[in-house]
Order: sequence, then structure tokens, then C-alpha cells
Amino acid sequence: MTPASAVCLFFILLVPLAPAGLALINTGLGRSRSAAHAMLAALCVMAAAAIVYACCGFAWQGFAGGAAYTLRAAGKQWNWIAAEPLFLRGHPLDGSPVSLVVLLQMLSAGLAALIPLGSGADRWRLGASCASAALLAGCTYPLFAHWAWGGGWLAQLGSNYGLGRGFLDAGGASCIQAVGGLTALAVTWTLGPRRGKYATRGLPAAIPGHDAVVVLFACFLTLLGWWGLNAAGAILFTGAEPGRAVLIAVNTLLSAAASLLAAVAITGLRFGKPDSSLCANGWVGGLAASSAACAFVTPAAAVAIGLVAGALVTVTVAYIEWPLSIDDPGGAISVHAAGGLWGVLALGIFARFPDNVSGQWLAQLIGIATLLGCVLPLTYALNWLLNRIYPQRVDPEGERQGMDLYELGAGAYPEFVTHNEEFTQQ
Amino acid sequence: MKLLGLLLLVSGWAIALAAVALLKTTLERSVFVLAGIGVEILALVLAVIAHRPAKGEGE
Repeated sequence: MTPASAVCLFFILLVPLAPAGLALINTGLGRSRSAAHAMLAALCVMAAAAIVYACCGFAWQGFAGGAAYTLRAAGKQWNWIAAEPLFLRGHPLDGSPVSLVVLLQMLSAGLAALIPLGSGADRWRLGASCASAALLAGCTYPLFAHWAWGGGWLAQLGSNYGLGRGFLDAGGASCIQAVGGLTALAVTWTLGPRRGKYATRGLPAAIPGHDAVVVLFACFLTLLGWWGLNAAGAILFTGAEPGRAVLIAVNTLLSAAASLLAAVAITGLRFGKPDSSLCANGWVGGLAASSAACAFVTPAAAVAIGLVAGALVTVTVAYIEWPLSIDDPGGAISVHAAGGLWGVLALGIFARFPDNVSGQWLAQLIGIATLLGCVLPLTYALNWLLNRIYPQRVDPEGERQGMDLYELGAGAYPEFVTHNEEFTQQ
Repeated sequence: MKLLGLLLLVSGWAIALAAVALLKTTLERSVFVLAGIGVEILALVLAVIAHRPAKGEGE
């Protein structure tokens, strides 16, 4: 193993802290009676995604320069999907760049699959969330990741059509964050709102999270995970030198910090006091937005990206809840879809390259159009179909009891007193 | 409404793809890609409206 590969492996080993942080955030923002279910679902989703990705996901995604199916259209080759063998055959897992891609992508697919859990909190069955994660890791994620990271047609926009360096995304703002966030939107549409959320006329009912301390502690974990994700992604997918990891870490931290402070300021102005859950969402939104451009922008630009991300996340969380009436308890749509899409666009606006290539912003816009026009309908159709075969939403009785007792048979906090009337009231 | 919204999303993507493949100058491509994204935003609005819960649903 080369020193560069060893450095990259170190960053990849930091990545599991990102899903750990997101799992804690999703748990803390949900109800206490669904806390154990939320954590177990996060583990099961990661497990399902890793296995399915290893079985078939990597075969569709592949890597730049690997075997692929192409179409010839308008005089150019369009690389649509990889043609690698199933079950990771043919690639020794020995520290080579391809083996590092496999390891990073198994974790990234799991992270993307974990994002919708925040939207489906308190009503998404465990089995259904695992099945949905399998669909994401086996279909949606590898397809888009091949186009962006596997030498696919989006990555070739530069060489084929002279659009900058082609679609760029160092740390997964599109492949992980936007794919996961748009899947969260599809899942929310499929499940519908929580019982009682929009029951009365007027404003929606507030169903606050149960543990702000866990949510805010998880923000520290996500920073470590994102450092690994952004640095490893930049080295493996954009050819960044390992020494560039310092710039990437600085930009990632600055983006998250600016986003957090923007969320603190906006919620402070709006509500009179900062809102801890929205501020946590702002922090993660800044991380999500930093992912695409972290290796290509100056620290000042990273601050600007973070400020916009913080404002965007804070405003969209409220707007999505009302008047759009989308019940997203974890704020996954705002944080990961809106934050990720902004990060992709920000690369086109702020990135500067030594050779002064033009058209980068257009390549980024085409990537956004693909996420909205291909990934969202595809993931919605898959989840709709899954819902027809295997209903994803828990029974009303389960929603009333809480997911812990109904699906697991025991609560996360057994010292809490459970009152009989909670099970008998209508 | 839901189906229409999703079909419009795909249509917006098709416009953006066609712009890249068929047009030559950056200006032409930019205009049509932006138009494709505009169609997608309209489609999103339609899909969101179609998925809004009815008043009193879930009581």
C-alpha cells in the first residue's frame, strides 16, 4: 500500500462517524417512545445497504476507467452504467485505489440510505426502511454515483462538451446528500404525515424532539465523519493530493461553522431565542453543502457557502412544514436535499481552477437537473412500488404506542413510567 | 396530479439533456438547461400540492 493510499484509508475509517452522528440526530429529534427503534433502524439500514451495495451496487457504479456500457448519441459516447462483475469479484481488496473506492462507497451508500430515516421517524416500519435502503443501495445510489464518480456521462461533460471539468463533487453533496435527501422526500410522500401533525385547521401541531443534548453532541461526531468523507472523496474521485486534505478540513469546518451561526442568528431573530434543533440542522446543512466544493474553493468562499446553507436550511425547514405540509421530523429534506443541491451549485459559482476552464457552472446545473428529473422520480417510483407490495407505514396502533413497544417490544428508556391511558385513548 | 408532476420532472431533465446533446453554444445550452430546471421546479410545486394532506386527515 502506498503512503497516499494509507492516508486515504485513514480518512475512510473516519467516515462511520457521519452515520453515527446522523443516527443520533434522527433519534434525538424523534419521540422518546421511538428512540430505540430509530437507532436500531439506523444500524439495520446501514447493514442492508452495505450488503446490497457489495452484491450488486458496485457492479452498476464501477469506477472511472472501468468496464461500462455506453450509448452513442449526437456524435458522442454516453457512459450510462458500469459493467463490473457482481459480488465484488475481480477486484482484490488489497489497498489499491479501486479497493478503497469499494470501502468508501459501501459506507457512503449506507449514509445515503440513513438520511430518509429522519423523515420517516415515528411511523416507518423497520422492515420497510431496510427494503427501501436496499433499493437505494442497489439502484438509485449506484446509478447516479456512476454518472458522477464512476466516469459516467456527467463526469464526461468536460471532455465531451467542453463544460469545465465535467460534473464535479468531491465529497458527495450530490451522490450522498442530495440522493438521500430526495429519497427522504419520496419516503415522506409515500408515508404521509404523522398522526395528529395536521389534524386541526390552522398551523400544524408541534411534535418536539426528545433529546436536544444528544442532537447537539452528534454534531461533533458528524464533523469528524465529514472530514473523512470529503477528504477521502476528493482524493479518490477528483485526484486531489493527500496534502490538500488540510484545505478540505478547513473549508468543511468553516462551512459548518458559518452555517451554524447563520441558523443561530436567523432563529434568534425570528423566535427571540436560538432554536437548538434548527441550529443542529444548520450545522449539518453546512457540512452537506461543503462536500462538493471543499477541495476547490478558498476558505472565504467556504464561509459564504456555509452562510447561504444555514439560511437556506433554516428557512426551508419551516416552509416545508407549513405551508407545504410535508412532515419531516428530522429536517432531512432541507438539510440534505436543499443543502446538497446548494453545495453542487456553489461549486460552479465559487470554484477556481488553475487552467481557467469555463462552463463549470453549467455542468453543475445539469447535475442538479438530473437529480431532480431522474433521481427523484426514480426513487419515488421505487418506494411507491415497495409500498404497494409491502406497506411501509406502521399501523395506527403502533403509531399511538410508539415504535419501540410496537415493533421491538421494549422501550429505550425503561425507567419512564408508561400510563395505561396512552394505549386506550382515541 | 401526482403522475403529471413526476412526468414533468422527467420532461425537465429531458430538456436539459437535449440541450447538451443538440445545441452548440454555451448561451443556447444555458438557456435551455435553465428552462429544463424551470420545468422541474414547476413539476415539484405540482407534486407537492398533489401530496398535501387533506384538512383534518389523521385526526
